[in-house]
Amino acid sequence: MNKREDIKKTYKLYIGGKFPRTESGRYIKWIDQKQSTQVNICRGSRKDFRNAVVAAREALCGWSSRTAYNRSQILYRIGEMLEGRRSQFLDELILQGSSKKEAEKEINHSIDRLIYYAGWADKYQQIFSRVNPVALPYFNFSYLDPTGVVSAIAPNDSSLIGLVSIIAPIISGGNTVVVLASEENPLCAITFAEVLHTSDVPGGVVNILTGHRSELIGQFSSHMDVNAIVYCGNETEEIKLVQENAALNVKRPIVYSDENWLDKNTQDPYRILNTLETKTTWHPVGV
Amino acid sequence: METFVNRIDQVGVQERVARLFSRSIKKESKINALHTVLSMIDLTTLEGKDSPGKVKQLCYKAVHLHDQFPSLPSVAAICVYPTMVPIAKKALENTNINVASVATAFPSGMASLEYKLNEVKMVVADGADEVDMVISRGKFLRGEYTYVADEISAVKEACGKAHLKVILETGELVTLDNVRLASDIAMKAGADFIKTSTGKVSPAATPPVVLVMLEAIRDYYKKTGKKIGMKPAGGISKAKLAIQYLVMIKETLGQDWLHADLFRFGASSLANDVLMQIVKQSTSVYQSANYFSMD
Repeated sequence: MNKREDIKKTYKLYIGGKFPRTESGRYIKWIDQKQSTQVNICRGSRKDFRNAVVAAREALCGWSSRTAYNRSQILYRIGEMLEGRRSQFLDELILQGSSKKEAEKEINHSIDRLIYYAGWADKYQQIFSRVNPVALPYFNFSYLDPTGVVSAIAPNDSSLIGLVSIIAPIISGGNTVVVLASEENPLCAITFAEVLHTSDVPGGVVNILTGHRSELIGQFSSHMDVNAIVYCGNETEEIKLVQENAALNVKRPIVYSDENWLDKNTQDPYRILNTLETKTTWHPVGV
Repeated sequence: METFVNRIDQVGVQERVARLFSRSIKKESKINALHTVLSMIDLTTLEGKDSPGKVKQLCYKAVHLHDQFPSLPSVAAICVYPTMVPIAKKALENTNINVASVATAFPSGMASLEYKLNEVKMVVADGADEVDMVISRGKFLRGEYTYVADEISAVKEACGKAHLKVILETGELVTLDNVRLASDIAMKAGADFIKTSTGKVSPAATPPVVLVMLEAIRDYYKKTGKKIGMKPAGGISKAKLAIQYLVMIKETLGQDWLHADLFRFGASSLANDVLMQIVKQSTSVYQSANYFSMD
């Protein structure tokens, strides 16, 4: 009897709701620690990033004008979908070197984190908006608007929970995002894109690239059409570069260093606020 | 009237387009190409809601494309509706930017010849340097080619010194055979330029249509020695596509046509994309539309 050949998944990028290969045609060989499995991962280029930013910009208006309730539902839906594909993530996390127990814990936390930010999506506005006391006949109030297109360098050391912890607060606030997945453990990122793709997340709201951090960080931080950058890591040189480049168009730089993403302390509504802008209105009242 | 017999090989055209569009233009050639594209743009505003303020702003933009880069060429012309011609003319005093006006009951062309000729005379009297007319597509599709040709000739006469661009509205001509036939008729009837579209009908300028029209121009030049200009319009908003068109002209018609006298892009948002690419080339940083004037 002939032995059946397994059909292996091609790991591609996720841009504008589609799964293209990198325009550069370059690949990175990824081999698991036990040397049992080899996968070709797209080595994303600056042009892939450029295309992703165009997609994110196009998606911004539609996503930010959804009702908070609808964004909340969609985030919840991502959690549901992730739950349904648990076993696939389990396999990949184990392939990336986690024990079964660790992998299960990471998946549980990732789902819970999505539900957490789904809950906050329609609550942060009323909690953090305010009426400001002013000594003039004005009704003065502040509320929160999405910053816009956000680029994000996901944590290198944790693949799934890190990615989810970065993406969820950004999109729950109505922003769109282009995220560079963990360079060391990129498998989950693309599988997570498949989850997003089946969760009513409109194309372009989340774009996921794989590739070398050192090659792309300059582009992620300098692009003039990106309004904020989230950087995860401890490299002083990289943080300096991100902050300097961010000054080009005064994009908001947000740096998360030394985070244990499995810790509950790494989830809070202030992380949503990090990519929101406060808008204040002066409205004249009675004479 | 002499009959034109030209059968277009549609598959051949598509293959040729695919081959030409696979060329990659990089670095210095790209910068040169981007500058050339800018100099060929007819900066256009053709909307029912156009106001004198909008036209003045567009004229200002034509003169000051991006002041941080003083060496940029200016666009070739401003293209507006007839009532806006005096405003554009005044705003562009002392510049070498032409004013083009659409006329002949643009965009439909559904009006009597007398009405059309009056409109053309009016815009020329108001100072339009170029007139963009539309052909009567209904008549053309009914086979009344002589009517179409006579109409173009009459409009050409009414133009006087103004240049005449003839809009074929290829999106309504259905087949490439028709596009070629309409091109031949327009050139023979006195067009200085042939132009693909009004921008009001989809599809507008498509690469196969442009190639067929360029080949018509080439054949006409070979037969008569007369150089007719070409203007694709509608749907060209990205620098990359514009550069691909430059490749197509160069390969089909040669170097002579790579000039605003013989080639134009009818576009509103193309200029900003080209500017963004030029700034990208000099700063290595991808640009945002937020930092360029509105169009």
